[in-house]
Amino acid sequence: MSSVLLTATADGERLALAATGAWTAERAAELEGIVDEATRRHKDARSVDIDLAELERLDTFGAWLIERLKRAFAMRGSNARIVGLSDADRGLMEELRLVNRGPRQDRAKANRILLALEAVGRNVAEIGWSLVLIAQLLGALTAAALGTIAHPTRLRLTSIVHHLERVGWRAVPIIVLSTFVIGAILAQQGIFRFRTFGADVFVVDMVTVLVLREVGVLIVCVMVAGRSGSAYTAEIGSMKMREEINALRTMGLDPVEVLVLPRIVALVLAVPMLTFLGSMAALFGAGLVCWLYGGMAPDIYLDRLREAIWPPTFAVGMIKAPFMALTIGLVACVEGFEVEGSTASLGLKTTASVVKSIFLVIALDGVFAMFFAGIGM
Amino acid sequence: MANNTPVISVRDLVVGFGETMVLDHATVDVYEGEILGFVGGSGAGKSVLMRAIIGLVPKRHGTIEVFGADLAALNDRQRRSIEQRWGVLFQQGALFSSLTALQNVQFPIREYLDLSPRLIEEIALAKLEMVGLSADVRGKYPAELSGGMTKRVALARALALDPDIVFLDEPTSGLDPIGAAEFDELIRTLQRTLGLSVFMVTHDLDSLHAVCDRIAVLSEGRVIAAGPIETMLASEHPWLRSYFGGKRGRQAQGTIQGQLHH
Repeated sequence: MSSVLLTATADGERLALAATGAWTAERAAELEGIVDEATRRHKDARSVDIDLAELERLDTFGAWLIERLKRAFAMRGSNARIVGLSDADRGLMEELRLVNRGPRQDRAKANRILLALEAVGRNVAEIGWSLVLIAQLLGALTAAALGTIAHPTRLRLTSIVHHLERVGWRAVPIIVLSTFVIGAILAQQGIFRFRTFGADVFVVDMVTVLVLREVGVLIVCVMVAGRSGSAYTAEIGSMKMREEINALRTMGLDPVEVLVLPRIVALVLAVPMLTFLGSMAALFGAGLVCWLYGGMAPDIYLDRLREAIWPPTFAVGMIKAPFMALTIGLVACVEGFEVEGSTASLGLKTTASVVKSIFLVIALDGVFAMFFAGIGM
Repeated sequence: MANNTPVISVRDLVVGFGETMVLDHATVDVYEGEILGFVGGSGAGKSVLMRAIIGLVPKRHGTIEVFGADLAALNDRQRRSIEQRWGVLFQQGALFSSLTALQNVQFPIREYLDLSPRLIEEIALAKLEMVGLSADVRGKYPAELSGGMTKRVALARALALDPDIVFLDEPTSGLDPIGAAEFDELIRTLQRTLGLSVFMVTHDLDSLHAVCDRIAVLSEGRVIAAGPIETMLASEHPWLRSYFGGKRGRQAQGTIQGQLHH
């Protein structure tokens, strides 16, 4: 099928190569094979003429391969030259004579074990660094907050209300729905296990303590980190990419005060409210299951509930909420500011924001558990 | 040098968005081996016409022929083979931000041609050097490149498959006058060495004088004039007179004539 593209006529140490047909991109793969083959076969040619008079078409791909052929012979010390070059192709060959002269960049094959160790080291350093950044932003945030307390006119109320609507109000349906389902599942599992030793009444105690102390606030925080934390990172990150943050700075405005403070204030207000709503929805779900599945009359459930809720149980969950909101907000904003020029980095940082904030929320929950145990709550 | 077969032929093109009519029966030809400068006021629809030709904006009426084939009548496979034969330089470069400069140029080659990694790398490097970049930029990401370098890498990517037609959307906008002049010269050189036909949307009067073989003028949705710069300067049309005869226009003309004298 393929016509001949390169014919070789050897005469002792003289070699004449004639290129024919179309030396273009479509046949570049075939041409590369031909060129390499010709270089290999005619090892001992002292003088090589590459004749291009019979060429039909030539583009950069073909021209580069001819140049490569010539260089391969020249490298061995043979005298290679190009003859029969048409005026139309002269400019192109001239251009290619100049390219790829630099040293080849060979990819060094690195030791796999070293690479793995390097990756571990980088990750550890990165974790430390992100903690430093969070502390830094917390400092800047405190400074900005104190500034607005000193000059209340600088408080961006519109912005806070706007974010409050996005992260609070609009999150209500999904949060109420998921916590309702979680409460129902907890109650069902409790009844199913506890019934075997006739302790189904204590299901109410278990559900109440679990929901009010831990599950309510954790579920809300996971949802908020995924829903609002990621949005914060993406917003601030794309503003950073388009230099909007720098524009703010040059106008003498503090990005922390303008962008971070309203977002975090909104989050710190919204998460306790969502936690309260979520906990109520979970207890409602649990009550419904106790009634329909466990056969416990609603008024008995409410009675048990009243006994089970020791005021600190409720307080523990609510106290944790604003701190967790602060953590989510800080991580989201830090990651947003870390976004660099590329779209890939935006995606990477948004993922990192969600993963880190959920992990830190859980870690913080552990710290709180120790603290509350310590003070006997 | 330009011969008389049109590689692009646009007839009675109508493009609109909602109620607004951007192009109203616009007709323009690009001949083989020429650089056509396409001018018009801001918002006149120059970029829209370019985007309609490359298929990014739907047309309401009219025909667009490229290499003698009506684009509307092609199936997907035929269309792809035509798309391989043109390259587009977007105004902002539109480089893939997650790929390095070298990978950006390699991308179309890798997608369309089945070549050895070594050859792909050599060709991509050759393209980068042909647009006047040193091999050092190969590992840089678009965010690390200056405006001029971005345009050059984008041009190298547009030329990656050795196209026959290149569309340039305001290639010199955002470059300083020296950089713009160098870029003009680069386009001219590449057009000659690679035998390209160039469709160049531009605002830069210097570019029009320095590199364009012909100029087409878009006003109120129509191409009101097309021809070499001399005809444009001689025209009595009020828009053309204010465009080429204004202060900046005269300056550009003066510079070019000054260069010719030296």
